[in-house]
Amino acid sequence: MSDREKYWRANLKLMLGLLTIWFLVSFGCGILFADFLNQFRFFGFKLGFWFSQQGSIFVFVALIFVYAWQMNRLDKRYGVDEEEQP
Amino acid sequence: MSAQFLTYLFVGLSFGLYIAIAVWSRSGSTDEFYVAGGHVNPVANGAATAADWMSAASFLSMAGIIAFEGADGARYLMGWTGGYVLLALLLAPYLRKFARFTVPDFVGDRYYSQTARLVAVVCVIFISFTYVAGQMRGVGVVFSRFLEVDINTGVVIGMGIVFFYAVLGGMKGITYTQVAQFCVLIFAYLVPAILISIALTNNPLPMFGLGSTVAGENVYLLDKLDGMTTELGMTAFTDGSKSTIDIFFITAALMAGTAGLPHVIVRFFTVPRVRDARISAGYALVFIALLYTTAPAVAAFARINIIQHIDGMVYADAPEWFRKWEDSGLIAWLDKDNDGTVRYRGGAAMSPATPQFTAERGDNGQRLLSNAPTANDNELYIDRDIIVLAHPEIAGLPDWVIALVAAGGLAAALSTAAGLLLVISTAVSHDLMKRTFRPDITERQELLYARIAAAVAIGVAGLFGIYPPGFVAQVVAFAFGLAAASFFPVILLGIFSTRMNKEAAITGMLTGLIFTFGYIVWFKFVSPETNNADHWWFGISPEGIGTLGMLFNFAVSFVVMKLTPPPPAHIRQLVENIRIPRAME
Repeated sequence: MSDREKYWRANLKLMLGLLTIWFLVSFGCGILFADFLNQFRFFGFKLGFWFSQQGSIFVFVALIFVYAWQMNRLDKRYGVDEEEQP
Repeated sequence: MSAQFLTYLFVGLSFGLYIAIAVWSRSGSTDEFYVAGGHVNPVANGAATAADWMSAASFLSMAGIIAFEGADGARYLMGWTGGYVLLALLLAPYLRKFARFTVPDFVGDRYYSQTARLVAVVCVIFISFTYVAGQMRGVGVVFSRFLEVDINTGVVIGMGIVFFYAVLGGMKGITYTQVAQFCVLIFAYLVPAILISIALTNNPLPMFGLGSTVAGENVYLLDKLDGMTTELGMTAFTDGSKSTIDIFFITAALMAGTAGLPHVIVRFFTVPRVRDARISAGYALVFIALLYTTAPAVAAFARINIIQHIDGMVYADAPEWFRKWEDSGLIAWLDKDNDGTVRYRGGAAMSPATPQFTAERGDNGQRLLSNAPTANDNELYIDRDIIVLAHPEIAGLPDWVIALVAAGGLAAALSTAAGLLLVISTAVSHDLMKRTFRPDITERQELLYARIAAAVAIGVAGLFGIYPPGFVAQVVAFAFGLAAASFFPVILLGIFSTRMNKEAAITGMLTGLIFTFGYIVWFKFVSPETNNADHWWFGISPEGIGTLGMLFNFAVSFVVMKLTPPPPAHIRQLVENIRIPRAME
């Protein structure tokens, strides 16, 4: 397998992993299992309600930063990182 | 100083700032006009994207919707933020590497087809005009309520400001104005939210105040609100009344639609490098999350304040804001039991549900209605769009906060309008003229066309604001549904499949478009009386149907792709290239 393919595979793996979390948190905890999670408390929130109104948004932000950070590492490892700006 | 003077002052200062920025950052080339020369710092681009994205709907309407729908409001909160994850992971970095000016550029080049480009241009223009009409109306409403000028005058002033910095500055001017507008709008949103949060919960951070206990009581705020709402015969605040499948599909349509909206995508063409595009989406979402995690708190606080201040109020003692909004027709009171006291309960107070005022006044001075009373005890109608504007007054905050909110609402509406108008003008001057009909024009001519197109687009948008087509509210579903069903799959497959060809792209896009368009038109216009869960396919409302359209688009694309020849070698090469930030040796 060429470096190009390895780089692309690693990218896809990272992406799919993060998108799985994205789906589980929003559509899972926030919608499909929200009623079930509402029996638990998180501070003054019912847990399912918290995921759907705030929690998922915090996770979304974290996912993008993890992606950007991991991709920069991947770029460096495969020597495809961009030059610093002049 | 009166509230009105302060409002003039704040709005005037913010407008002066936008104009100063526009003069300082004029565009001299098409490169600057379309993508700000590709030199925008990723943090600045994040702030600009946030202002571009958060429209009058986010600033003025969203908290009001959540205040009255409670848990169901989650579809907007998650739908309008989750799309950024898709954008950052699936689209933005690759489109930045592709390095052109517009979404139709990508569709036309990647699918080596002028037909595909034209379909994309038509979608871009339709989606953007749908969206911009609502913004100009929002500008007019804020002006008329707070500056007591005619709505039409307000729209014209708004057009003038946008004209100045969009036509002069292009993307460069818009970007830096949007950064300023973001600061204005987030400050204006957070200040009243913080003050109200302190008053209700002693917690200065509204997003956490929502999960705190009520000041002076040993009960959580949300539990108290649930108790109040159920006691009054309403759905408990933390319960929803929409079906799970509908919420699922609407949320998905809003997410994919967000990722496919041209005015958002184009912002990622303005940063210098691929890695900047990735992180810039993260900054954008941080800035957006500031407002979006505050919105549910504002909603819950507003609901509590409304119940506490209005239910049981003697109309003769009603505060000034109540009568003002009643005069604008956005609050109505139907005294069913003739006791002169306002009762706020569950269910619609009147039939039809929106008030039809007669010219007369009742014994208490209230505006009389020709609506029939309903059988329930509720006597009050409140338009949910006024919540953000009226809440500071309801909570008794000082005048300068109210003035600030007006400036914030205008910043939100103007920044989104400018971004959309730029996309429209670029679609005309670049995609239609330069890339399709008049490829031989010089850069100067193209820039001139871009400016003329922007000016014309502003004029048309203003007309929409002054003569709002009655269907504006109903067609917003179009923008997201169509973006989800057309652009999102076509761009995604264009990046992640080297086998994807023009036949599949065109048939897929058309399938998604025609299906989604047809479904919405059927339920909104042809047969609105059947627009309910009994008639919807699988219980999916028109707002959520874009998700199904998107799935059809994917399905058709896969089938057609298998049956038709693969794309030419240079297209495969193009796809390989956009997948890596810098060429490998």
